[in-house]
Amino acid sequence: MQDRPNAHELVEAVREFLERDVMTATSGRIAFHTRVAVNVLAMVERELQLGAQHDVDQRARLQAIFNQDGSTRELEIKLAAAIRNGELNTEQHAAAVAHIRASVKEKLEVANPKYLNQ
Amino acid sequence: MAAPANESLSAVLRQWLGATPTVDNIQRVSGGASRETWLFDAHVDGVTYPLVMRRDPAANNSQTDRSTEYQLLAAAAAAGVAVPSVRVMLAPADGLGDGFIMDRVEGETIPRKILRDDVYSNARATLTAQCATSLAAIHSVPLASLPKLAHQDARIQIKQWQSFLDGFGEPHPGFELGLRWMSERIPETVGDPKLVHGDFRNGNFIVGPDGLRAVLDWELAHLGDPIEDLGWLCVRAWRFGNTDKPAGGFGSITELLDNYESAGGRRPSDDELRFWIALGTVKWGGICMMQAFTHLNGMVRSVELAAIGRRVAENEWDLLKIIDGEC
Repeated sequence: MQDRPNAHELVEAVREFLERDVMTATSGRIAFHTRVAVNVLAMVERELQLGAQHDVDQRARLQAIFNQDGSTRELEIKLAAAIRNGELNTEQHAAAVAHIRASVKEKLEVANPKYLNQ
Repeated sequence: MAAPANESLSAVLRQWLGATPTVDNIQRVSGGASRETWLFDAHVDGVTYPLVMRRDPAANNSQTDRSTEYQLLAAAAAAGVAVPSVRVMLAPADGLGDGFIMDRVEGETIPRKILRDDVYSNARATLTAQCATSLAAIHSVPLASLPKLAHQDARIQIKQWQSFLDGFGEPHPGFELGLRWMSERIPETVGDPKLVHGDFRNGNFIVGPDGLRAVLDWELAHLGDPIEDLGWLCVRAWRFGNTDKPAGGFGSITELLDNYESAGGRRPSDDELRFWIALGTVKWGGICMMQAFTHLNGMVRSVELAAIGRRVAENEWDLLKIIDGEC
């Protein structure tokens, strides 16, 4: 166990520094890249908050599709290949579509939550 | 790469201008993460020539090299497409990298400004028609006037984007679902292949308060189905939040197709257009991945490129909507 601030709080501190001090003191390319960096850190904050639960949920859905154990990544690779090769039965296909919708939504909850409302 | 030296630019312009110019105001444009764009001015006998140099920063990772882009711009200009006039093709001996110099067309390229700022409100009212007319002109460029270009029809592109995605070793079941949906709906080929710009969208053209001034970024040009360009212009990413204006963020599909047809283009069916919007969505997802990996593999380390990797999911999301019948 680490001392406070925890990882989330450290990232937050760097993001606030960039927003409050660097953004206001720069212009042009540096200001643009600072804005990008602020967005990236906000994304990392959301991933630290949501990522572990997303992984648990995604893995459970994938294991149900294939009735097989494995990591989220292993099973996601298997799913991509099975769709490409047309290897899913009707029931698996329906479960796969539902899983993909949920997973892409979860990715956006981390990467860009505003996109979900567009 | 470091900023180009004044002396090198000045020397390379001598032949075109017929005298050695002085060069100043050299500045790099932000954005354009996969290649460099430099603005500068050349002066001869009290006349100022506003110019642009486009060059690759490192190993070339795009489909066409700069010399092909140079020839394409020349052929498009001859066919009446609004493009910047090309002036000098760089040679290795010039010491400026792989690229060329063209006229600088004044105006805006930043999509959000074009779509939001008051000064472009008249431009926005004419952009859809101007884009449709430009595309019809591009699609009528005589093939004999073009440099050698790859032929990429729908079937080839599905395979191409599948193997492109495979190259990154990252699974994307959302794209796989979309590619499968597309491979069951490949449009029938109509007529001969045409010049396809391949990247015709807001951000890749120069707009003034009067409207479209120049079409840029020809590095994805190829021969194929012209409807690909219409679909690409309607990909959701290029709406920049204007979801009610599917044509480029500034118009309706009907307005786009009506103008394309009256400028001599062939009007596609809804299904054809939807197919190419779907393919364009996978393509933009693939390009986002490529940009992220340009950073990840160390070719160009950049937080901007890194961040683009997390935009891939937006395209999977859009693709799922397209499959559901939304455009």
